[in-house]
Amino acid sequence: MDETRRGFLRAAGFTLLGASCASSLGACARALAGDPDPEALQAKRWAMIVDLPRCLQKEGCRACIDACHRAHNVPALPDPRREVKWLWKEPYEHAFAVEEREAEYGSAALKGKHVLVLCNHCDNPPCVRVCPTGATWKRPDGVVMMDEHRCIGCRYCVVGCPYGSRSFNWQDPRPFVQQVNEEFPTRTRGVVEKCNFCVDRLARGLMPACVEACRQVGPAAIGFGDLGDERSALAGTLRSRFSIRRKPHLGTSPQVFYIV
Amino acid sequence: MLEKALTGSRRYFGLVAILLAVIAAGVLAYLFQLSHGLQVTGLGRDVPWGLYIAQFTFMVGVAASAVMVVLPYYLHDYKAFGKLAILGEFLAIPSVICCMLFVFVDMGQPMRVANLFLHPTPRSVMFWDIMVLSGYLLLNIVISRVTFTAERRGLPAPRWIRPIILLSIPWAVSIHTVTAFLYSGLAARPFWMTAILAPRFLASAFASGPSLLILLCMLVRRTTRFDPGREAIQKLGEIVAYAMATNVFFVLLEIFTALYSDIPEHLHHFRYLYLGIEGKTALVPWMWTSSALAVLALFLLLIPRARKSDRGLTLAAVAVLGSLWIDKGLGMVVTGFVPSPLGHVQEYWPTLLEGTIAVGVYAVGGLLLTVLYRVATSVREELQA
Amino acid sequence: MYDGGKIIFGLVLFVGAVTFPAWYSLARGGKAAPPELVLPKNEKQCVESREYIRSRHMELLNEWRDSVVREGNGVYTSRAHGTRHPMKLTGTCLRCHSDRTQFCDRCHGYLAVAPYCWDCHVTPKGKP
Repeated sequence: MDETRRGFLRAAGFTLLGASCASSLGACARALAGDPDPEALQAKRWAMIVDLPRCLQKEGCRACIDACHRAHNVPALPDPRREVKWLWKEPYEHAFAVEEREAEYGSAALKGKHVLVLCNHCDNPPCVRVCPTGATWKRPDGVVMMDEHRCIGCRYCVVGCPYGSRSFNWQDPRPFVQQVNEEFPTRTRGVVEKCNFCVDRLARGLMPACVEACRQVGPAAIGFGDLGDERSALAGTLRSRFSIRRKPHLGTSPQVFYIV
Repeated sequence: MLEKALTGSRRYFGLVAILLAVIAAGVLAYLFQLSHGLQVTGLGRDVPWGLYIAQFTFMVGVAASAVMVVLPYYLHDYKAFGKLAILGEFLAIPSVICCMLFVFVDMGQPMRVANLFLHPTPRSVMFWDIMVLSGYLLLNIVISRVTFTAERRGLPAPRWIRPIILLSIPWAVSIHTVTAFLYSGLAARPFWMTAILAPRFLASAFASGPSLLILLCMLVRRTTRFDPGREAIQKLGEIVAYAMATNVFFVLLEIFTALYSDIPEHLHHFRYLYLGIEGKTALVPWMWTSSALAVLALFLLLIPRARKSDRGLTLAAVAVLGSLWIDKGLGMVVTGFVPSPLGHVQEYWPTLLEGTIAVGVYAVGGLLLTVLYRVATSVREELQA
Repeated sequence: MYDGGKIIFGLVLFVGAVTFPAWYSLARGGKAAPPELVLPKNEKQCVESREYIRSRHMELLNEWRDSVVREGNGVYTSRAHGTRHPMKLTGTCLRCHSDRTQFCDRCHGYLAVAPYCWDCHVTPKGKP
């Protein structure tokens, strides 16, 4: 190719590159808008306690799961490979990574029982660490939050979660949401979702949906409160009762405690 | 120089036409995936990464392997690689592009890919992987263009390109190290949580990349008038021998640690690979094939008479590629998910659509490679004349 | 210039293709009437002034999104009126503009803009 033509193409290419860089810089400027919700519940560190013996009084109960999934338009997908779930029950041995050899001698009260599992909103979350776009992060009040607007659907957070708490939308979830709650958006295909500690309800001064639901049907097995406030009921319970967490040796510091 | 790719034999255009057809099929399949979501793949809640990311991981290794040619030639003045260097660099460029495409087709929201650059997140290894891969692509484009243009004009390359070439050496190692870091820093996946993952990646990269280069050189020797040189190809064979031996050694080290410690969370994954768990044995025949191919490759590579013969070396290169492609893709990526953190055994197998898209991406790389090699060989043929 | 014939021919083709929408619709009788928006009956005042909303509602929604999701702050104070509103697309905007086919989609359709807000954000019952 002759020199002048090549020179022209080179100059044109760089100009185009420069122009697109300049225009994208403009997109970076942003102004902050709002004020906090007046009735919002505040905390230094939101945490949850699941009282297993109380929960297991009503084996097979799904009140918390149904309340959560209804409140947040979580789709009900038939194929277990494609399931989306924020809150569900796993056999005790799976939830707490109890190996076969250990499980033989486990307590009868827990052996094979289905326990509630959800995102642990870890204090040291590995999912947050791996997200390449900052679509998930830890809020100052301890909630590990998802921004489904920014999520590119790479599923690195799904890979990084040691508890399997995160679900990806392999298809459009809308057709599978039985009854849409108009107060809350659905998600679209191609993004990851998980329990959000009901930040939308906390902003209105309400306790999480699962906590309310369990209280309503009787056991009141789910406790929710501020672990950062030593005078809170939750902190008191943790001081007085023995509790365990899932996979504590990984250093993730989960904020969902289980009383056994 | 690219205009050289616009002329060629009927065989050349035939190859280009086939590749274009495969790309078209891949594009159509991808459009279907775009409108229906990733449910069209075999992936699932317990196995979120599969064929695409496995190919990405493999191709990063092939891309990094250009260093095995650049290092001896530019750093140690090994003249025999003189004619080979450009072929190595021209292999790296399509490899990196394939990597980027594989990540792109795997994304749930590909329209938001700009978020990776608009919202840089340095704590994420994936962010760094994208940065180093982009940098490596740029390096290889600049280096190959500058050195090849100079060669074509019969002039020495400008002095300033040398530090850039030397930079590409640690950079090549870094792209595959960072890719290994994607896996080896995850508390959630004990199968990958091993310091030897990065060395394993590099060893298998330095075996599989040069193997592919050997095969390409054999092809170039047969289909064009350009000969990269017998000594150069033989030297590549020696490099593959050492790298493959190291890789197999590393795998055996991993197996020992898992078996001897008898820790279930490490052992489970190996058991799934070689014996199957709970009746799920999809990967077992593949892994034993990979091991058999590795043994065959080592025999052919370590016995001098076999390695020195063209047929022996070609067979060895094919065996290495086959063995390591299985090992890195199925044996490494997919196995990290089985069993899952909750102890589930959900097997994965790619769907036809997934395979079509993957082959389409490879065809894009193949087309780029064909074009670049056509340029390189036709210029070299000119210079030889 | 070299290949002048080919270049001029290519340029003519290109300009023709790029300006195609303009002369095609002109040729078809060119009805360029702006879209008719059905305004809500109960409220006369939006969150911001009409001019601001018309030209910058997308910026506003992005600000709201970042404030609610990323900062955790959900209450907006109008720059024009000083009134306070929850920063919600469905809960605030669609409270008044409840049928998007009569409002939002009119301009968006006319300009061939397809925002994907509706993939997630729910429109009130009975409406698409």
